[in-house]
Amino acid sequence: MANKRVIVDPITRIEGHLRIEVEIDDNNVIQKAYSSSTLWRGLETIVKNRDPRDAGFLMQRICGVCTFSHYRAGIEAVEDALGIVPPLNAKLTRSLMNMSLFMHDHVVHFYHLHGLDWVDVVAALDADPEKAAKEAFKYSEAPIATGENDLIKVKKRVKEFVDRGQLGPFANAYWGHKTYRFTPEQNLILLAHYLKALEVQRDLAKLMAMFGGKQPHPQSLTVGGVTCIMDLLDPSRMGEYLTLFKKGVDFVENAYQADVIMAGKIFKDEPSVTQQAGVMNFMAHKEMQLNRSEFLFDSGIIYEGDLSKVFDINEDLITEEATHSWYADDEALHPYDGKTNPEYTGFRDMDTIGADGTEVHSKVIDEKGKYSWIKSPRYDNKPMEVGPLACILISYAKGNERIVPLVDDFLAKTGLPKAALFTALGRTAARMIQARAIAKYGLEAFNTLIENLKVDQDTYTSYKIDKNLEYKGRFIGDVPRGMLSHWIRIKNGVVENYQAVVPSTWNAGPIDALGQVGPYEANLIGLKVADVSQPLEIIRIIHSFDPCIACAVHVMDKKGTDLGTYRVDPNYGTSC
Amino acid sequence: MDTKKLYEKLSNRLLDLEKLPKLKEEKSISKHLDEKGVSRRDFMKWATAITAMLALPASFTPLVAKAAKLSDRLPIIWLHMAECTGCSESLLRSDAPTIDSLIFDYISLEYHETLMAAAGWQAEHNLESAIEKYKGQYILMVEGGIPSGDSASFLTIGGHGKTGEQSAIEASNNAAAIFAIGTCSSYGGVQAAIPNPTGAVGLSKVTDKTVINVPGCPPSEKNIVGTLLHYILYGTLPALDAYNRPKWAYGQRIHDLCERRGHFDAGEFVEEFGDEGAKKGYCLYKVGCKGPYTFNNCSKNKFNSHMSWPIQAGHGCIGCSEPDFWDTMGPFEEPVANRLYDTVFKGLGADATADKVGVGLLTVTGIGIAAHAAISKFKNPKEGEE
Repeated sequence: MANKRVIVDPITRIEGHLRIEVEIDDNNVIQKAYSSSTLWRGLETIVKNRDPRDAGFLMQRICGVCTFSHYRAGIEAVEDALGIVPPLNAKLTRSLMNMSLFMHDHVVHFYHLHGLDWVDVVAALDADPEKAAKEAFKYSEAPIATGENDLIKVKKRVKEFVDRGQLGPFANAYWGHKTYRFTPEQNLILLAHYLKALEVQRDLAKLMAMFGGKQPHPQSLTVGGVTCIMDLLDPSRMGEYLTLFKKGVDFVENAYQADVIMAGKIFKDEPSVTQQAGVMNFMAHKEMQLNRSEFLFDSGIIYEGDLSKVFDINEDLITEEATHSWYADDEALHPYDGKTNPEYTGFRDMDTIGADGTEVHSKVIDEKGKYSWIKSPRYDNKPMEVGPLACILISYAKGNERIVPLVDDFLAKTGLPKAALFTALGRTAARMIQARAIAKYGLEAFNTLIENLKVDQDTYTSYKIDKNLEYKGRFIGDVPRGMLSHWIRIKNGVVENYQAVVPSTWNAGPIDALGQVGPYEANLIGLKVADVSQPLEIIRIIHSFDPCIACAVHVMDKKGTDLGTYRVDPNYGTSC
Repeated sequence: MDTKKLYEKLSNRLLDLEKLPKLKEEKSISKHLDEKGVSRRDFMKWATAITAMLALPASFTPLVAKAAKLSDRLPIIWLHMAECTGCSESLLRSDAPTIDSLIFDYISLEYHETLMAAAGWQAEHNLESAIEKYKGQYILMVEGGIPSGDSASFLTIGGHGKTGEQSAIEASNNAAAIFAIGTCSSYGGVQAAIPNPTGAVGLSKVTDKTVINVPGCPPSEKNIVGTLLHYILYGTLPALDAYNRPKWAYGQRIHDLCERRGHFDAGEFVEEFGDEGAKKGYCLYKVGCKGPYTFNNCSKNKFNSHMSWPIQAGHGCIGCSEPDFWDTMGPFEEPVANRLYDTVFKGLGADATADKVGVGLLTVTGIGIAAHAAISKFKNPKEGEE
């Protein structure tokens, strides 16, 4: 019998608009998988011809979830182009804001976006709160929000909710799916943390708003430094940072860590959680300045899951191509030489499996042609997985003394082998390990900043943009979803070309010219789906990447104007 | 309308609401608050704050409290168009009522792609059945600009490849009230900035129904929640300005409510980020603050539970709640008067640009402000200060 097609669109609980299509055989095993982004916004086109100082503000609007990442990238790409080094105070302030982002982003992801792939809300109704309160002590010495009384209340709330038949955002999900593994008590613990995390994330976001003016979309970074000098010189402000930060640390240690360990133990034989990653090449860039010279996370590349060798990144080997993306020029180009003309070919008609398991007339992607607004980035022509897992694996392989103990601790507490890191569970655990690392070492940056402010209050480096010169520069770093790079050219004092190569692009891109699939697609192939009309396993795997699709979608110019291509010569000039 | 009449009107509105079929079984708010450890006093304190925010007399506080209790009569459908999810994230920062109580106890969030558990066909089904079941009763909130007309296929959602524009029109047709949340949904936003490659427009351009705009990039959580409560209270549109923004939130200039206004009047300006003036909290006009041209209540309400707002963090306002601000307010770190001449507008000067884009910023006010800043004593903070 021919393979059947299943569409999951919209993939909810992510940032952006994403469609996944799979072909399954008679045994419900996925034979082929296609990842398609269905929204294009064109910010890189819009930023052209604008004042370079505005680029960061515009790029920030790529995403309101990783709201600080593209802002900083846009600002620092311009700083790199102009050869500006911001003062230490500015660098460390950016670190403090970045730490807020990481902790906030990872907590929200685990509980509110990914959590419902692990937690069966309805099953929690059978829980015994007393038993659940005891269960929580197995995973933490000082559990949070899981006292018997707390849990009685949570259960009551959820029960009222379910009894009314008014499930609101929890309606029509996959409750009762057989790949949910937690006991009712464990479900109840996680549900209590789901609610508690809504509170905690507000405090974690305040850590950024304190120096940024607001969150999402802070507004205190400027080319040359930061503007929040008054907040930095205000002791009560700094005290507040410390207080809120410690609140975050408590939650990360005693709820987030505990729950991920519990998930690791309970789900260890569920294939959609522990199936080996489809792409075993990982790339990450150093990130999170802690003091005058040290960074918390390391740079490097590992191939085929081999932790014994870490390679350096050669930025010249990064390319993006559009063989299966809705752009006309297929060829692989370096981001400085981006070339993009639209070629939207839309969908085709086909019957697929609907919600009730029967065939339904649908619009499906044309896998032989173009099928996504996301391009396919490659490193040395190879697909790469980027993200917290890549970051943690590379730091671990390099023997990073801050990270190694945290990884070993996770493996010891769950009793899992190292191989378990290269899985959906590993991705989820790596986020938690990143959050723990920041919780544990982040205050080094805070203390260095306080010490430095006593003798140096510089927050800004002056500069001039010479209209007669041409500049090019880039930012590379690792943000909550993985390696991010922004590439800019400046000419006549305005932005001439801009490309962002974003983590979710690396992970979610379509098949390349060589027929190689990217991480999303590769991770779905070979997966068995228990019930085709309830594709929970697919959603679980995709969520383990924490998709941020608005970020991933690329530039093009609707009128088909060539954005200009350049050959870079060693003398830093360009020829069109 | 005098206060007494208004009070009567709002009371009657709430009485009518009370008669509506409940979406949930009865549960008294006081009992619910007890369970949450919120005292009645705290709740009334919150209601007092909202009353003040909505520019209602303090005597209306009990009505506002009652409105909050009745919000469970109104199902909400939230759509995502061409957006960055920043507005949803802003709502998640709301501290009163807390978002979890919003989900669980107050409103019934029927569809919200970032938060809902269902996906794929099941998600699509939730949307269709909510529109059907609550025809004419639900509040529609839309986040994001809408690729429209020939460009509509830049956004499709669901297994039938439906365009975002279609979804927005269908959901608008049967809504009791429509709120465009954020600058993108209000006016098209960042994707509609020149050259607007996807033909993105605001929600009011694709539906002929009245849309209340709640702009901002993102709007504060207070303005989102306040707009909702205002609707519950009045059942009619709030007083709106020329851009369909509620006047209670967008009636005054940032500049007129600014904590640094005294420094402006005294001619004390930050000349360069990080200078002595910056440490003292001087006015940010000369480093590009667009407060004089921007209508919003940021300085009053601030963001993230009153934590801060951009000017407090030492950066000028960028005018994010104004239509086309990406094109009219840039460069963000230059005063309007010193615009670059070679910008996205292809060599047109600043004045021509403003006209071309359709918002004349260089009004009498603008010129007056620029002149004031120019004749203020130029102090170089780097001189004579060790």
